[in-house]
Amino acid sequence: MLKDHAKIIHAIALSGEVIGRKKLQKMIYIAKKMNFPFQERFQFHFYGPYSEELTLRVEELCNMGFLNEVKEKKGGYYQYRYTLTEDGKEFLGVNNVDMPQLGDCLKDINTQNARFLELVSTILYFDNLPTDEVKEKVQTVKKSQKFTDDEFANAYQYIEMLKNRTSQC
Amino acid sequence: MDYSAEKLNEEKVFKDPVHRYIHVQDQVIWDLVGTKEFQRLRRIKQLGTTFLTFHGAEHSRFNHSLGVYEIVRRIVDTVFVGRPEWNQEDRLLSLCAALLHDLGHGPYSHSFEKVFELDHEYFTKAIILGKTEVNRVLSRISPDFPKKVAEVIDKTYENKLVVSLISSQIDADRMDYLQRDAYYTGVSYGHFDMERILRVMRPREDQVVFKHSGMHAVEDYIMSRYQMYWQVYFHPVTRSAEVILTKILHRAKHLHEQGYAFKHMPLHFYSFFKEDVKLEDYLKLDEGIVLYYFQMWQEEDDEVLRDLCLRFINRNLFKYVEFDPAKEYKKLARLSQLFEEAGIDPEYYLVVDSSSDLPYDFYRPGEEEERLPIHLLMKSGELRELSRESDIVDSISGKRRTDHKLYYPADLIGKNEEIRKLLE
Repeated sequence: MLKDHAKIIHAIALSGEVIGRKKLQKMIYIAKKMNFPFQERFQFHFYGPYSEELTLRVEELCNMGFLNEVKEKKGGYYQYRYTLTEDGKEFLGVNNVDMPQLGDCLKDINTQNARFLELVSTILYFDNLPTDEVKEKVQTVKKSQKFTDDEFANAYQYIEMLKNRTSQC
Repeated sequence: MDYSAEKLNEEKVFKDPVHRYIHVQDQVIWDLVGTKEFQRLRRIKQLGTTFLTFHGAEHSRFNHSLGVYEIVRRIVDTVFVGRPEWNQEDRLLSLCAALLHDLGHGPYSHSFEKVFELDHEYFTKAIILGKTEVNRVLSRISPDFPKKVAEVIDKTYENKLVVSLISSQIDADRMDYLQRDAYYTGVSYGHFDMERILRVMRPREDQVVFKHSGMHAVEDYIMSRYQMYWQVYFHPVTRSAEVILTKILHRAKHLHEQGYAFKHMPLHFYSFFKEDVKLEDYLKLDEGIVLYYFQMWQEEDDEVLRDLCLRFINRNLFKYVEFDPAKEYKKLARLSQLFEEAGIDPEYYLVVDSSSDLPYDFYRPGEEEERLPIHLLMKSGELRELSRESDIVDSISGKRRTDHKLYYPADLIGKNEEIRKLLE
């Protein structure tokens, strides 16, 4: 009944701490593309796939006291850190979530930097296009990021690794 | 003659209650309106289950799509034309994207997408790029034209000015649906001075901006949007109907997976149940078909499916109470247990539904709200973000309002005192 709320809390519980709203967006999107059943809808925005529903859900979970959000000044902008609260743990106890392998997947994604995750998620967003067109498309919509060939190669390798890992579950 | 420049011998007009007339001069637009994929939109209501609350809300996605086209046509043909920042070559692309932006919507999209994990935007692209009449028309302009139209709708097109015409915090899509939905529901919200807004619009490299002198018209638009969401779009009775509709689809899918022998076989739903929906299956489904099955399923042996269909068809909806998930989730678990003990399946009859809206937001560096702010063009030529100039908009900027309700069938609970007490 509050399953979708529980899934997001579960994801953050498994990740330990998530630093950055953008990172959290990308983590859930990539996990969703790896067939983990998150319900939030994603659309294409400036930083790649973005879900307003996810933004809302996280904000709501913070208001409910299930997630802890710490706002830190970082140079010219603010950064947010998310962790699970004691109330959140109690909520998860009542609303069990069963998503085997999600922990491995999210822990790994959480160690990657935001720029790399932006590239990985954008490639995944265009995965319906032929492979040779994906790179061109990403370079068009992400002109300012100037992703290199090496970054593309690493991103593809990383996607394969995640797919292999999640297909084993 | 170049098809993209081909004009009709005589301008065609559609009489429209919101814009008075919708003008078509381009052969391409006329041909697109005539395709079977576009005509299908006549059979899909713009506001889904809202007609069960506001009986006038029977208008279709066809009306709305023409309305969005008309607004964009007025912008590009009368406001932008001749301005150096506007490339007239983008005119037809903008018009086609405006007309086709909702092409992939199915019947009761919100519920269908949730239950069968579909995405209407995926189908919009599939119709534009697939073997369809729409694709044949667009391809006559140039082989890559369908792709460009799909990219504008998908917001991945490189020219963000064109994208922002149909997708931003103040765009033709929203300007049409607010006025149209207000007209058909009969509410007094949703009205704003669109003519004034159009007159003060100016194209910039990657966005549309608004002359400062038009700020109050823009404020009015933002407030209209805010009121329409809470008075019409999130109306709890409409949501109750949508909860039931969603549960019907869940139940039918569940029964199919269990091998249940339907008295009336859901042929049109099979590919949806298998979550392997081909474009041709998707296009066959409209509200007429869906309501036909709901009508027939009122005679099914399965008690839950039969009851839910009877409720939807005869508007015997669920009641609701305010619900605070943070404080009441344990109560919900207890209610769920009590429903089961009373023989009422909580999976179908005890539902939390949430509505939320953020009326306007501005971009904060380093954050990922990702909403393009509305910019005012000052006399000096400087651009200023709207909420810095408008006290009204500032007071609601970034303020999200969320509302949760718990839906249940009051008639099935009967005299169960403990359940009643918990729900009071």
